[in-house]
Order: sequence, then C-alpha cells, then structure tokens
Amino acid sequence: MTQSVVVQVGQCGNQVGCRFWDLALREHAYVNKKGLYDEALSSFFRNVDSRKSAGGACGVGGRIQHLKARAVLVDMEEGVVNEILQGPLREVFDSTQLLTDVSGSGNNWAAGHMTYGSAYREQILDKLRKAAEHCDCLQCFFLIHSMGGGTGSGLGTRVLSLLEEEFPEVCRIVTSIYPSAEDDVITSPYNSVLAMRELTEHADCVLPVENQSLVDIVSKIQLMSHSAKPGSVIKRDSTVISGQGGISGPEKPFDAMNNIVANLLLNITSSARFEGSLNMDLNEIAMNLVPFPRLHYLVPSLTPLYTLADVSVPTRRLDQMFSDAFSKDHQLIRADPKHSLYLACALMVRGNVQVSDLRRNIERLRPSLPFVSWNQEGWKTGLCSVPPVGHSHSLLALANNTCVKPTFMELREHFTRLYRKKAHLHHYLHVEGMEQSFFSEAIASLSSLIEEYHHLDATKARLIPDAPRLSIAT
Amino acid sequence: MSVVTLQLGQCGNQVAHQLFHVVCSDAQNAHKKTYRAESCERFFHQNTHGELVARAVLVDMEPKVINHSLSEAARSGRWRYGESSHFSQKQGSGNNWANGYCVHGPRHRDVVEELVRREVERCDRLAGLVAMMSVAGGTGSGVGAYVTQCLRDIYPTSFIINHLTWPYGTGEVIVQNYNSVLTLAHLYQLSDAILVHENDTVHRICSQLLNIKHISFSDVNRVIAHQLGSVLQPALTTDSHGVYSRNPLGELVSALACHPEYKLLSMCTIPQMPSSSIAYSTFSWPALLKHLRQMLISNTKMEEGIDWQVRPPGGSGRSMGLTGGSFNTSLANLLILRGKDVYSAETGGFEDPALYTSWLSSKEAFNSWKSPVPFNKYEKSATLVSNSQALLRPLDDMVGKAWNMFASRAYIHQYTKYGISEEDFLDSFTSLEQVLSSYRHLC
Repeated sequence: MTQSVVVQVGQCGNQVGCRFWDLALREHAYVNKKGLYDEALSSFFRNVDSRKSAGGACGVGGRIQHLKARAVLVDMEEGVVNEILQGPLREVFDSTQLLTDVSGSGNNWAAGHMTYGSAYREQILDKLRKAAEHCDCLQCFFLIHSMGGGTGSGLGTRVLSLLEEEFPEVCRIVTSIYPSAEDDVITSPYNSVLAMRELTEHADCVLPVENQSLVDIVSKIQLMSHSAKPGSVIKRDSTVISGQGGISGPEKPFDAMNNIVANLLLNITSSARFEGSLNMDLNEIAMNLVPFPRLHYLVPSLTPLYTLADVSVPTRRLDQMFSDAFSKDHQLIRADPKHSLYLACALMVRGNVQVSDLRRNIERLRPSLPFVSWNQEGWKTGLCSVPPVGHSHSLLALANNTCVKPTFMELREHFTRLYRKKAHLHHYLHVEGMEQSFFSEAIASLSSLIEEYHHLDATKARLIPDAPRLSIAT
Repeated sequence: MSVVTLQLGQCGNQVAHQLFHVVCSDAQNAHKKTYRAESCERFFHQNTHGELVARAVLVDMEPKVINHSLSEAARSGRWRYGESSHFSQKQGSGNNWANGYCVHGPRHRDVVEELVRREVERCDRLAGLVAMMSVAGGTGSGVGAYVTQCLRDIYPTSFIINHLTWPYGTGEVIVQNYNSVLTLAHLYQLSDAILVHENDTVHRICSQLLNIKHISFSDVNRVIAHQLGSVLQPALTTDSHGVYSRNPLGELVSALACHPEYKLLSMCTIPQMPSSSIAYSTFSWPALLKHLRQMLISNTKMEEGIDWQVRPPGGSGRSMGLTGGSFNTSLANLLILRGKDVYSAETGGFEDPALYTSWLSSKEAFNSWKSPVPFNKYEKSATLVSNSQALLRPLDDMVGKAWNMFASRAYIHQYTKYGISEEDFLDSFTSLEQVLSSYRHLC
C-alpha cells in the first residue's frame, strides 16, 4: 500500500488540514475496530512507539501505539499552528513537522514566494524529506492552501515547485481555496493570478474550491436541518459539514466549511486506502482526467450533502445522489458543468453501490452531459466498499470541465482592474527577487489557459467528424 | 497434462480466482473419477498436507486484490494458492499501459519469470500457459503484454493463450481504448490464441439470463469463469478414443487458430440461467444446438434476442437478416458438449460449409469435444468457441475511438513520459487495422 503526505500552508491551509486530520482519525476509528495499525491507516499515519529509540516506527500489523500524521505544517505566523498545538490534535504532530515564523506575509504573494520561500527553502526541504523517508512507497503529496492571501498563495506555490524539483516522480494534487468575489483582501486578485501560473505549471491536478460555494452549501444544510419537517430529520453525524465524533471539541466558525474540503480529501483517497471491487488509485486520477498537461483543473462535487434519518426508497435516493453530483448546487466552485463541456469525468463511489448502479446512472445522465468529441465516453469510475461515517454511500465527482473558465475570467478581470492602475504594485516590487515581469507573465499564462478552454468550448456546438482511419492495402 | 495460469492485474486476478473456484467445485461434484483426477491434475497440484494448490502465478502492482484472493481461496477449504506463488508491489500502474509495459514489466521481469519457472517445473507435463488479464487498465494490459513477451522467449515451443476481458464500452477507464489497442497489437505477435470476453455482453447475460438485479463484478466474473471452465475442463476429442484429451491448449489452438492473421476467439454458452431454476429445467440437445447455431451465425452472445432471420448465404452471395443483422462468417469453430446423452447430440448443423470461409473445408474448420460429465450443475451444456467475425464490430469501435482521441493527441503526453512514442501508437494502429481488414474480408 502507498502513502501520502499532506502539506498544509498558510492559515487557511492549516485550518482545513486540521479538520482533515480530525475527520481522518474519526473515519479510521470507525472502520478499524481491532485497534491494529493496518495498511489503510498507514497511508496517512505513522505508528510510533515512543519507548523505542530513534523515532520507534512500528510496522503494519501491530497494535496502534501512537499515531502521527504524515504532514508538514507551514505558516508564517504562529496563531493557527499554535492553536493546533494546544488543541486535541497536538498528539498527532511532532514539532519537527512544523515550520512557523512570526510576522506573516502581509497578504503579499511576493513576500511568501520570494522572501520566505528563499529564507526557509532548506528547512522546508528538510521537513519534506523527513516525511518522505517515513514512507515506504510515497505516492502523492496533497498540498492545501488558499489563493488569496500571502503565505498560502505565495509560499504554498513555492513549496509546490520544491516538490516538483525534489520528488519529480511523486504525484502532486493541490487543493486550492479560491477567494470570494468580495474578498476583504484587496490584493487577492494579484495573489491568485500569480499563484495560478505556478499551479498551471507545476501541479499534476488542482482541485479548485471556492469560498462562496462552501458558504452556500453550509447554509443550505443548516436551513435543511432547522426546517425540521417531519420525516426529514438529518442524521446527526451524516452531513459533510459535521465534525460529530471527531476528537476536536466545540465547533469553531469555518469548521463547517472546512469539513467539506476535508471530506473531499477523504473521499479522493478512500479507494487507495480501502478495499473495493473497482479500485481507483491516486495515480489514475491524472492519467484519466488530464488529457493535456496544463488543463488539470478538476471541479469537485460531493453528494449526498446529508442523509435524512428516515429511510426512503433506497434506489431513488441512490439515483438522486448521481443526479445531484452534476447539479450546480453541489459543485465546490460556482460553476455549471452541465452547460459547459466535459473533457473527462470521474465518479468515485463509496459504500454499498454495485457496478450495475453505476452503469445505470451513467447511461441515464450521459445524454444530458456534453462531452468533447474525442472523449464521448470519458468516464472513469471507482468503487470503494467502505462508506464515509454516517452514510450508506457517497459520491465524489471530479469533472475536467470548461466550466472553470468563468471563474478564471473573473479572476483576470479583477486582476486587470487593479493592474491597470498599478495599484499596490509597489508593495510587491519592493520585495527582493520580484519583478514586474512576474505580473505580465502570470496574466499571460492565465489568458492562454482561458484561451485553451475557449478553443475546446468552441468545438461544442459543431459536429466534429470522425478522424479518417488508416487505410490498409488488401 | 497441466496448465499454468498467470493472473495479471486486478481483473485478471479476480477472473482467474473465479475460474479456479468453478473448476474445483465442478470437479469435486463430478461422479466420474477419471474426470475428477484429470481436472485436478490440469489445474492443481497437491501439497504435503494433501491440499489442492492452484497452478497459478498471481501478479499485480498493488497488493489489495492479491491479498484478498489468497485469503478467499484459503477460506474456501477446497483449494488454495501457493504460499509463494504471488508477486505484488505497492503502487499500481495507474491505468497507464506504458507504465506497465516500459517500467513495471522490465523492473520485475526476473521475479515473475522465476515464479512461472517454479510453477512450470512442478508440472509433470506442461500443456501450456494461460495469461489472464484485462486490456483496459495498466497492469493487466501493460505488464501482461510484457510478461507474455518474456514467456514467449523462455518457452518458444509451448502454447501460450491469452484470456482478455474487454472493458465496458464506457465508464471504466478513460484511456481504455489506447491501452486496449497497445495490448492487442502486441499480443497479436506473441500469443497462440486470444480468448475474449466483453464486459458489456457478460453484463447483459447477468441481467437478462440470470436475472441479477444488482450486478457486481463477481457476478460478471462468475459468468466468464463458467464459460471458460466449460472449455478448459477435461473433454474427449474426436480421436482421443475414450481418453480425456491430454493436450487441451494444443487441441484448442490447432482447432481454432490455424492462420496467424486470425487469432481472436469469442465464446458463447448455452444454457445459462439462475442456479435456482436449473433443477426445474430440462434441455434437449437438438433445441440447445439449434439455438447455439443461430447464435453463431447471427452473432448473438446469448439465447435471448436471437435474430432468426439471419441465414447462411446460399449460392448467391451475402445474405442479410430482415432486421438488418448480417451473417457472421466463421473461420473455425469448436463445439464443446457436456452432460447427459452427449453422444446422441447431432452436430451436423455446424458442419455446413456455408458457415465457413471458402478456403477451409468444414471438416478442418469444425471440431467438437464431448464429455458425458455434466458441467457445473447443468444437466446439459454446450459452449462454442469461435474464430469468426464476431469481434469485428467491438474491435472496430475500440480502434475507432482510440484513433479519434489520437487525432487530437489527447493523453499522449502520459504515455511519452514512460517511453511510448507517437510512432509506437501508429504501429499498433496499423497492425490492428490489418487485423480488422483480414476479418472484414473473411468469406
């Protein structure tokens, strides 16, 4: 079995990461009743016996001694990481996995990327190497960061290129939290566009998540659970925003939103951790969903968002789960994949679902979903037999879809509005190593990315004839 | 004589596991001692505790499926896999044929070859090797093609047959058509015969004949294993004089794959029904064979929805069914009959020269094997293995879809990363177009 290392950078990255570790522990505690350190646990956790010298790592099969997260936590201020260290999750992290500074990046991509990136380069590499050494088959790095601020966006993308440099063979899946349109950080369009270029060039896959979508989903679930129609009571631990059963105490603001992203990461890795009749390994994601290297933005959607306590018709509920995955309301960015063009789509199913359920739903939904001409059957599926806590089944859909284009265009527009007036530019140009060309190159990279999606979109309306086949002399 | 089976990748391991399950329970339920003994020798050896151990080598690039198979088999109490006849790694091939063929295959060549050698040396006499895999993923297809190539080098004179599971037309792996094209093009140079099961067809059998509501992969694999078992279990050939054929793979190859340009074998079995209905059903050989013959010529893979309008061409060229289904020309057919009154079965309908290409006499083109022992609980059952145009359409679809994708160069960077160039793709496309053309012009 393979292992993955989570690298969480910046305030947002660490908060999301924190929720991830809490829910990951909850999930494994739920599945693993024997208290043995098994292969599934080993993919995200080390088992350490503190009585033994030299780290005292224990092999798979023994009793759980002391679980340590395969994680590297980086932040340029101390707040969030200190909070983690005083909270219930402190046990799963070693001080050697942490890296903090005191002064923060001041919402400045350049400060994160250039200043801290250079100052902490060796220390970060050292921590990454340590984490990698603890794995016997490291398959994937999960980078969690936000796009709008300074540390997550700037230093986060610097870490990404370090990963590529140092571990070119290991898959890099980045979860990027995109700012809402009315972000309180004025420079967030700059930070986001500068970060986008790095993501486009150095990530294998990017899972874009928009703050606003998370807010919408949370309020939808809360509305549902407060309306309390008879028979529509939501089971307590069955929503994607719930931390019930985790070891963290009372919920903090943003926990609900961050739990959604944590669930995304749990579901994307479930098939690599648990058994199933159709395994889907992490390296299959990019292989199936990324037809062209730069177009690796995969829009995630999670269903069901909650499970009702009453038992209604199971098949209908199951089919509803598949329909929902394609609806606008369930996407983790504000986008409408149904009315854009699919390049490829993955359905990662967990729980009691059979291949015939999958086939029936693909056949049912296919006619309403536009796929690019050369990939009319661009479906990748995985069946993992272990459902998430509180659910009987769940679905994560990953869509490589041109519906990301409006988000990127909006970003470009906000960037251009600032850049035209050269607003705040001097804050960036003061930073050593930062030049104005970074801005022009970043916006050019984003524009060409938009253009590539645009070209594909343009094929949507046209009927593309099959390519003429090779002819054989008979 | 014994057959050594290679289980490659998730699909190959799951299907082969079912196959051993089927042949073992079939043999143990059989009343004839000679049948039982011959079947056991063919697929199993006995260890020092007297347990039946499958003559199998399990290969996968990730451990979950193999671990599952090993423990499932041991739990059955009837047979098991060898203690050290498996090889797995930690990280799969990621649906990438190039990763399997260019990286994992060569890297683990020695280990796998050694496992096969040990298994072969355990056989008193080797009938040949069967490599089972899917064509869609990365390990079964990529490592499978590479390992087949190595085996061809080590055992140049042994029979090597590949059993391939073709993916659903949609929804398993997005790059499946690329992987399929690369696999088939390579295997076509190496394999003595290529037995094919299509998931879509088997899925329909599960839903329409077996009435399974929620079809799982185990259901699909059980059907494949049933059909394959009915071919590979002991049977009497025409000239075996009452003794079970000693050389099942050789006989299969010589009966069906007589020309190197034609190696694709499809199969269909009749009857297939829910196990609860078997006891209440009676069959007659004439009815079974009449259906089976029509399934052959109208290219229907199950007894439901047969197009009875399709007729072999008379003196005057091609004939079409009223519903547009066209006649399926055969190069060669092998009919395997098992069960009660098997010697009374009249197989003349399959000897009609009109079913076959003009350049082989029906005597050469048609063979039949028989066994009076009922197979897998069916009082009577008939399986037809056919080298015909039956796979032309699905193969053409596969190549067509892959070619369309190739025209926009989508996903190619994933393959070039591991050393498969656009040229390699073109070579594979060319050789499969050649195969398609040969089958298309079969008459």
